[in-house]
Amino acid sequence: MSKPVVATTSLAGCFGCHMSLLDIDERILELIELVEFNKSPIDDIKTFTKHCDIGLIEGGCCNSENIHVLKDFRKNCTILVSLGECAIMGGLPALRNGIPVEECIREAYLDGPTVGLNKEQILPNDDELPMILDKVYPCHEIVKIDYYLPGCAPRADLIWNALIALVTGDELKLPYEVVKFD
Amino acid sequence: MSQKITIEPVTRVEGHGKVTIHLDDQNNVSQTRLHIVEFRGFERFVQGRPYWEAPVLVQRLCGICPVSHHLAAAKALDVVVGAGTGDGLTPTGEKMRRLMHYGQIFQSHALHFFHLVSPDLLFGIDGDPAIRNVIGVALMHKDLAVQGVMMRKYGQEIIRATAGKKIHGTGAIPGGINRHLDPAEKESFLNGPDPLNIDHMITWSLGALDFFKGYYKEHKEFIDNFAQFPSNHLSIVRKDGALDLYHGVLRAVDNEGNRILDDVDYQDYNEYIEEEVRSWSYMKFPYLKHLGKEKGWYRVGPLARLNTCDFIPSPLAQKEFEEYKAVTNGKPNGMCMHFHYARLIEILHAAEMMKELLNDPDLLTGELTTKGARQPEGVGVIEAPRGTLFHHYRVNEKDQITMANLIVSTTNNNEPMNQSVNRVAKSWMNGHTEITEPMMNAVEVAIRAYDPCLSCATHALGQMPLEISLYDASNNLIDKKRT
Ligand code: SF4
Repeated sequence: MSKPVVATTSLAGCFGCHMSLLDIDERILELIELVEFNKSPIDDIKTFTKHCDIGLIEGGCCNSENIHVLKDFRKNCTILVSLGECAIMGGLPALRNGIPVEECIREAYLDGPTVGLNKEQILPNDDELPMILDKVYPCHEIVKIDYYLPGCAPRADLIWNALIALVTGDELKLPYEVVKFD
Repeated sequence: MSQKITIEPVTRVEGHGKVTIHLDDQNNVSQTRLHIVEFRGFERFVQGRPYWEAPVLVQRLCGICPVSHHLAAAKALDVVVGAGTGDGLTPTGEKMRRLMHYGQIFQSHALHFFHLVSPDLLFGIDGDPAIRNVIGVALMHKDLAVQGVMMRKYGQEIIRATAGKKIHGTGAIPGGINRHLDPAEKESFLNGPDPLNIDHMITWSLGALDFFKGYYKEHKEFIDNFAQFPSNHLSIVRKDGALDLYHGVLRAVDNEGNRILDDVDYQDYNEYIEEEVRSWSYMKFPYLKHLGKEKGWYRVGPLARLNTCDFIPSPLAQKEFEEYKAVTNGKPNGMCMHFHYARLIEILHAAEMMKELLNDPDLLTGELTTKGARQPEGVGVIEAPRGTLFHHYRVNEKDQITMANLIVSTTNNNEPMNQSVNRVAKSWMNGHTEITEPMMNAVEVAIRAYDPCLSCATHALGQMPLEISLYDASNNLIDKKRT
């Protein structure tokens, strides 16, 4: 039987969830025996080359590109997992949700103490830049999500246990200490 | 007819980037741009939050070097609570933070070298992309992969012991630190079973340097000439000119080694540094005010630090430093691929510093925090793994943040990364109208040398991959490839 195929991505996340995946340390060598990685920043594969069994999503959606990537993941993965607070509920980036986007842009590019010379009031605005969404959206508001792993970042042991359970089909045993919400 | 090429997304760098290349009528490269496509709005949404939240909030901009943001914010808020800058803390406060920081430098540099860079060295920049990645390294060079994993683990454990968590810890607080080092943990960091002890880490750091130097000998032409160019360099240095990644004064040198900024108190950073906004990127372009936009841009990070400092205050790294400086006869080094060489010397230095700190009794006992007269604003600067990181906050009498300004390491390297892309594009693309895989990877290799954390830089992070688009003179898309 061929190995289960795993894909991962980071949308509007900080990459901490991916780092926590690497924090399984030596077990990473076991993991690559157990599963095959497809599209993921970890192995440099940038587009799906086959259908995947498991997709791990870090981060919520803050721009049009994130939505596109997330939908692509839903299409190409049997099981989608929201990994960490940002994917589950927007996380830190969602602190901007009560504030109009224009105010955030003003502060960053016009009003800050080190942009003194921006007399021409230049703002990022180019066809090459994706559209910023009005709010940061959690992944399950965009596509169906099958599982949620809490934490910021979810602890390495939680990610490991969950992956093993998904791959082997065994029941997920979660000691109380492994599930954390910060 | 001229043309435009786009490379997107940049892989094996932390964050999302996109490169466009324009060709002129003769199919020569006329313009290149590295676009940063993510935006978060941190400066605005942090306003109104209580100041003590900042060290735990802001690190969530970047999970790759959260400790740098954690500490830079804490340092800025030290000033606000009246604990002074850098040297005002209690010995325990300062040393615990230093240990945390060197743990961070160690793990981040190890991650970069073993996971992100070694595939290019082992398989070649034109190697098969299917194996030219860390999993390929793990399958074909297992010893090296294990070393990378264990060195990172050691650094992460140091972070956990000082900050409370491996990612997004809570150890540093305005005015100091909230814990001592556990004596049992100290013992295991110093003398634990192989390989997880400090002496083994030092040996492996030396081994990684030997590996790189061996590679350098055989590929001197490539390492010296690939995307190299002269520039200014900026970092903090200790008052006496020593390499110091935690605290110091700002210093910048030009391409000849002349000091163009010296002994500057970073509380005054905004008198010296300004940022330009360009419409095609969310990442700003900093430069030294007195030299202006055209001439004032500079590089930061390992390469820059070894150009600005006079010596390294730890014996093994100092020896390597002397050998490294001899390559350029003591002059500033502008060779892009030497970033990796410099980074490895810093790994060794970080290991030596951790050893020194772990043996220091101040970590186990002593006052944790201090404070004094409350100040309305503060600036915190630290040498993050990727370079100089500025945090600046104003706080009102209700303890709320009213202004936040960050200039992160990768933003400081924005213009240099663009310069590197431009050079690579010119040497590979002139006269061509189609993007080849090795050419795409060459662009990525040039960007990767800076170890950019595009996540930090835009205070956001998206996809890692890279897309290159090629446009002709009439702005028609003629080729587009994703790696
Ligand atoms: S959940 Fe936390 S660790 Fe994960 S991406 Fe979001 S901020 Fe980073």
